[in-house]
Amino acid sequence: MPLIVAEGLERSFVVRKRAGRLRRQSAQVNAVAGLDFAIEAGEMVGYLGPNGAGKSTTIKMLTGILVPTGGRLEVAGLEPSKHRTELARRIGVVFGQRTTLWWDLPLRDSFVLLQRIYRTSPARHRANLAEYVELLDLGDLLDTPVRQLSLGQRMRGDITAALLHDPEILYLDEPTIGLDVVSKGRLREFLRTLNAERDTTLMLTTHDLQDIEALCRRVLVIDHGRLVFDGSLPDLHRAGGSARTLVVDLLDEAPPITVPGAQVRRIEGPRQWLSFPADASAAPIVAAVAASYDVADLSIQEPTIEEVIKDLYQR
Amino acid sequence: MAEALTHVTTYRDIAAMWVRSSLAYPVSFATMTVGGLFITGLDFVGIWLMFGTIDSLGGFSLPEIALLYGATGLGIGFADLVVGNVERIGVMVRMGTLDQMMVRPVPLLLQVCADQFALRRVSRIVQTAVVFAWAGTYVDWTVPRILVAVIMVVSGGAIFFALFVMFSCIQFWTTDASEFANAFTYGGNTLTQYPLTVFPQELVKILTFVLPIAFVNWYPCLYLLGRDDPFGLPTWLQFCSPVVAALLLALTALVWRTGVRHYTSTGS
Repeated sequence: MPLIVAEGLERSFVVRKRAGRLRRQSAQVNAVAGLDFAIEAGEMVGYLGPNGAGKSTTIKMLTGILVPTGGRLEVAGLEPSKHRTELARRIGVVFGQRTTLWWDLPLRDSFVLLQRIYRTSPARHRANLAEYVELLDLGDLLDTPVRQLSLGQRMRGDITAALLHDPEILYLDEPTIGLDVVSKGRLREFLRTLNAERDTTLMLTTHDLQDIEALCRRVLVIDHGRLVFDGSLPDLHRAGGSARTLVVDLLDEAPPITVPGAQVRRIEGPRQWLSFPADASAAPIVAAVAASYDVADLSIQEPTIEEVIKDLYQR
Repeated sequence: MAEALTHVTTYRDIAAMWVRSSLAYPVSFATMTVGGLFITGLDFVGIWLMFGTIDSLGGFSLPEIALLYGATGLGIGFADLVVGNVERIGVMVRMGTLDQMMVRPVPLLLQVCADQFALRRVSRIVQTAVVFAWAGTYVDWTVPRILVAVIMVVSGGAIFFALFVMFSCIQFWTTDASEFANAFTYGGNTLTQYPLTVFPQELVKILTFVLPIAFVNWYPCLYLLGRDDPFGLPTWLQFCSPVVAALLLALTALVWRTGVRHYTSTGS
């Protein structure tokens, strides 16, 4: 029995628009229009889609915040919107752009209150807090008021807050948004450990394909409220034929570079853009370029989610 | 019952966090509290000054009006302290705080009420309690009257609680209409500060049968003062406050549930 099951899941909103001076027109918007998927316990699933695709609406239905307007949804054996408070004990939610922590009080105080709200046993709470403080390096920050924390520090605090009651599922909405490279890396490392050691099911929405690469064996892509892809990240790249770009800065202007496995897309003075399949390794191409040309600098550009999805449609 | 008790504890825990939060800015907290006491304190002074030129208003003396004033003030004071923040529900919707509350294993209404709990609201209770106590020295107390007085304050709080929540629920649909709710809660409080005999009979009927805030203080106070109903309405209405409160609370629960199920959240 999968942990999360959605069958024909739908959510529509009525949007009123001004049409003339007083008249208003109502239009129905189908934010989620018939989703089918099942997620097993212990999976790490990336949930991708362009802005307005229905990602947040899906997460809000999964957590019970929104009532679906059609279809069936079951999370941990419960219907989320009917058993919202019961389900709340078994899930953790991190909204990347907002904090659940008490702004003016030390980080520690928020954790104490959460123990009371979730009625976690004191022993369990202490053990979890000690572990997450260690793993997320929060030790020195516990007595700092939340408003004085940096974005990355606050995110670590928020993740701890979402995990103290031992949830079976952790939903993360854009967890790495706004974080620097080092913080992103540490966060991904932590999430991997969490999944491996506690078997916590993770579902994350993100704009950053590298989050998915580092964490998720499975990707769900949603667009216009419909599931357009369900599979692994390499499969997604293959299905879309999406490409990464190697930007080569040569010492001098040169004719188009010829190396196996990559094509030149653009040339601008000494700078050339080579594209190669996103599921291929960049290493042999970089090596081949460096071996035969005088290279000043190299950089690799990942395809954006929007590009990958656009490519998916063009096939 | 045990369940209700844990809810009370949770409310207290969340409220305590907000009190400590507000103490992070001690000067602001102090000025707000003192300012609040000053403003509410002046409130009754206006009525008192009026009695420098008149002996009675609508057939009621100053101590009798003070009793009405104190009773409705205590009702709204307790309601305001406990649930005053429910009127900010539109802001919570827009900020996404409501979404965060919805994924916690505690009833949503409890969290909404406890959010931004402000201890300075106690100033209204203190001020009206003083007026009520002074008015009480003129009442001919008997055991049934003491009982009715206690029930009056509890029911009055419950009636205003219900109105606060019910009218705030409109914001689930409009996301912003907190002034609309205020018209009924604080507006109702202002109306009931005066003996209803100064108003036309139609308004009194509305305040009895439609928006029943006359049960907050008017009917039970008539009993405390040993007065017959000036409008000739039956005496048993004077004991109906708890019934009205219970009915309103039931209706409120229904409206709240419908509101939450209609909640459409915001983008992102």
